[in-house]
Amino acid sequence: MRNRVGIVGFGQTHHRSKNTDCKGQELISIAVKRALESAGLTISDIDAVVIGNMDHFESINYVDMWSIDGSGGFMKPIMKVTTGGTTGSAIGHAGFYHIASGLFDTVLAIGWEQNSESDTTAAISTCFDPITEREFCGGAIGPLAAQYTAYMSKYGATEEDAAIVSVRDHKNAAMYNPYAHLRQTMTVDQVMKSQYISYPIKLLDICPRTDGAAAVIFATEERARKIAERPAWVLGVGDCHILVHVADGIGLANLPSLERAAHEAYEMAGVTDPFEQLDVAELYIPASTAGVTWMEALGLCEEGGGPRLIRSGVTEMGGELPINPSGGVLATNPIGATGLLRIGEAALQVMGRAEDKQVEGAEVAVATGFGGCFWSDVTVISSRPQLD
Amino acid sequence: MEKDRKDAGAISITAMADMPYYYHVGFYYSRFLRELRDSKRIVGVKCPECEKVYVPPRIVCRDCFVTMEEFLPVSSEGTLLAYTVTNFSYTDTTKGEPKKIPYTAAYIKLDGSDSNIVHCLDETDETRIKAGMRVRAVFSGDRTGDYFHDIDHFEIIEH
Repeated sequence: MRNRVGIVGFGQTHHRSKNTDCKGQELISIAVKRALESAGLTISDIDAVVIGNMDHFESINYVDMWSIDGSGGFMKPIMKVTTGGTTGSAIGHAGFYHIASGLFDTVLAIGWEQNSESDTTAAISTCFDPITEREFCGGAIGPLAAQYTAYMSKYGATEEDAAIVSVRDHKNAAMYNPYAHLRQTMTVDQVMKSQYISYPIKLLDICPRTDGAAAVIFATEERARKIAERPAWVLGVGDCHILVHVADGIGLANLPSLERAAHEAYEMAGVTDPFEQLDVAELYIPASTAGVTWMEALGLCEEGGGPRLIRSGVTEMGGELPINPSGGVLATNPIGATGLLRIGEAALQVMGRAEDKQVEGAEVAVATGFGGCFWSDVTVISSRPQLD
Repeated sequence: MEKDRKDAGAISITAMADMPYYYHVGFYYSRFLRELRDSKRIVGVKCPECEKVYVPPRIVCRDCFVTMEEFLPVSSEGTLLAYTVTNFSYTDTTKGEPKKIPYTAAYIKLDGSDSNIVHCLDETDETRIKAGMRVRAVFSGDRTGDYFHDIDHFEIIEH
């Protein structure tokens, strides 16, 4: 039997394309201090630390110890988690596991990245098999672009459907999120006229590279109720990995790993009708195309129904199920932190602390993580310790 | 709240050391690359339980987790499932050089295979490419068993 787990604190940096003012540890320390401050805790309240990034982005291979100047993990147990694009969401899940296991009372989970310190597309390409796949996969963008050609061919979706997602997420970042990296509104026409990076993905369809960090504090039920007036309860987690042979995943128009992970998280949380029960979603959508193709895997529409869902407006702020009030990954992408930002933002929503980006009355939220070989994480978070 | 710090005199340094790797290709991929090099044959391996054929060959079936031993040739023709015309350059980590663009990445299911491969297509005009097209492998004249280069590219069979 697992113990109940609450989120009690969240902090993030003001994200930027190139953070030359900070060494990695300094960046981490800002997110950690903000998280502690948001919970009213000090570092002595923290029993263990989980931390991660994309090792090869900064070529720092013992980040658990290297980061202590920023994490505050001196003489504490530290677990390093690095799972590619899902690093941030996996860090969040590991924080959850620490508390759910009953071994720790208060755990600090940290994700960070200084994307600007390396050639990140080359670095990402090392996630593909070096012998048979790496040469043609084109970093993170290539496989996402290819997946959309399969989806367009199968379901008749268009590049314009994807552009609507880009406009939505960028608008939310610009209007509601002071921490976001890109805070620029754009029109569908501007997205459509931007240059092809990797057909059918255009410049304004794809996420940026960001320097930034995020920290989330997890606690046992007893601790959470003392620390926070309204903790965010983690009700369900799902994690699904697939093969390294990425071609097998791309050939499909859909994302089976997300479907499986969502099923597991929903089942654990008691979500039976996601569109009705969820109030807000913070989704790892690294390209606007994924904001169309992955909706059905989350159970938000029928098979091939992504374009209809996106065009209906229900995923906009003020709609029935707003997606990415923070602006999501298209606006802010410090990769090791990106998935943890989704969890932190989802927690803020159900805690009623999302400020300008608050979805009124949000009680149940879903957060996702995505990795470049097409694996997925899903987290269900609520202001209620259990769903009825 | 901790304030953002701005320092006009902040210093950045550059680290340019090469970090080469020496990958052991292994039993399954060695057989795969040798067959391409010596016989212009694309081989897969079949699961003894579910009979799925995997290309490139590998040790275990993803579903059954049994060791696969039966190598068999598959067709050099297949169906294009997905593609992208890549227009941005990045460091090709196999060569340490900028990747030549544009190139079209092609995700292909070869006839006789239950899994897919990724290679390149000799067409970079996206208006002339469609998912579902039939494609065939064009083998390199000078075959060396290096990477996946003994297939030079794929070409579209019919427009």
